[in-house]
Amino acid sequence: MIPESFEYHAPKNLAEATRLVGQFGADGKLLAGGHSLVPLMKLRLAAPKHLIDITGIGELNYIREEGDRFEIGALTTHFQLESSGLLKSRCPLLPETAREIGDVQVRNKGTLGGSLAHSDPAADWPAAVVALDAEMHAVSASGERRIPAKDFFVDLLATALQPEEILAAIRVPALPARGGDAYAKHCHPASGFAVVGVAARVVLDERGNLAEIGVGITGVGPKAYRPAALEEALRGKSPGRKRLEEACAHAADGVEVNSDLYASAEYRGHLAAVYARRAVEKALERASENSQIS
Amino acid sequence: MRGKRDKHRRPPAAKGGVTRRDFLRGAGVTVSGGLLVGTQVGKAAQAPASSAVAGPGAVPVTLHVNGKVHRLQLEPRVTLLEALRNELDLTGAKKVCDRGVCGSCTVFVDRRPAYACDLLAIEAEGHQITTIEGIGSKDKLSPVMHAFVEHDAQQCGFCTPGFVMACTAFLERNPNPTLEEVEKGLGGNLCRCGTYAGIRLAVLDAAKAMKGGSHA
Repeated sequence: MIPESFEYHAPKNLAEATRLVGQFGADGKLLAGGHSLVPLMKLRLAAPKHLIDITGIGELNYIREEGDRFEIGALTTHFQLESSGLLKSRCPLLPETAREIGDVQVRNKGTLGGSLAHSDPAADWPAAVVALDAEMHAVSASGERRIPAKDFFVDLLATALQPEEILAAIRVPALPARGGDAYAKHCHPASGFAVVGVAARVVLDERGNLAEIGVGITGVGPKAYRPAALEEALRGKSPGRKRLEEACAHAADGVEVNSDLYASAEYRGHLAAVYARRAVEKALERASENSQIS
Repeated sequence: MRGKRDKHRRPPAAKGGVTRRDFLRGAGVTVSGGLLVGTQVGKAAQAPASSAVAGPGAVPVTLHVNGKVHRLQLEPRVTLLEALRNELDLTGAKKVCDRGVCGSCTVFVDRRPAYACDLLAIEAEGHQITTIEGIGSKDKLSPVMHAFVEHDAQQCGFCTPGFVMACTAFLERNPNPTLEEVEKGLGGNLCRCGTYAGIRLAVLDAAKAMKGGSHA
């Protein structure tokens, strides 16, 4: 398996990279880790004439705290996110998600932005960014724009990014007081991809009711999504076990559920409900611990 | 991956589109500079902003493998795994799935395990590559290799080099692992013969042997 020939470009900064992406348009492809793109090129499912390797752009590799938000550069690796002490204490959903990605070899080289821009339906990051209402920061030679996570994932392997745009960073809210994060995943044993992955952030009010809930589900449909019916059934309510179970039965409502050799649509839909409950339950448990501390 | 390819810098005079001739001219100067390559690698972060373009034909690629510098002519589409096996005759890393799933091609990039099949050789420029040949030999087995032999942790042996690399890296970060941590930590490597039981024992045993000493 050998990819088709291409010209290799290695821009040293974002400005240079956006110029190249603008110049080559659909003939160019960004390399930002390569665990998805390089195999696709070997299979000749992708055959870019220009491969733009942005992994050398240091200015896109950072974790920055900005008040009650975090900005994370697109080229931050899964390993860096997994091992960030700052994120573990202030935005634990990200390290907890990173830890579950693929395997150590993948986490050492794979990047947040590479994964998000590829938008694999079974990737882990989309669940977290959707649950957190992240803001995706896209840059092109002519300017920049911020895309809400809910509008970023368009379809299977398709995002709102234009050919001349680069995903430069994402912004996510830090964990608020009385909040709890959790990621629950049913992992494909060989590939490490999510058969079902559910990310949850909950915030309790002073009486212990669910003031806010954000749930993101990956692996189930063509793209990561927020289960509106599930969230609606819990928002503002006291989260008892029975209510939780009933709400989570709606985890895959309105979604065309994926089916493959590993998991039929029926089984996957069932897993979605089970893992949604596990994620929300865990997040609630942590939120309640955090409420006692504060 | 940062700190590389500054030698492929576009000549300052070039404007607009960069032709292959521009690139080859720029690269040729540095290659004849020979010994400077090693010192340039660490300074790449300070290099002026510029873009490099290479290929699609063969271009000079300098690889640092097991402490040695190799200057090769490779097309950009050649993976590190192919360069190691076909150009440098380092055949320890195996080509099995060739799509970053099985772990048989595991090498260290700057002392971290990585799939050599998903990494272009040209991307690996400026990084220190370590292969199984770099951590032990038939006459001088590393503690992990020794433990694999002791526990008969292989059948056909094809996945073994990748496993030994992954185990070595895992134990460097987790010197006192539990069985559960071993299973999760080695999740990037597959053995179709199913010798996982032996491999787990080998890792736990190697952990004991490695305590307090360098192994590689």
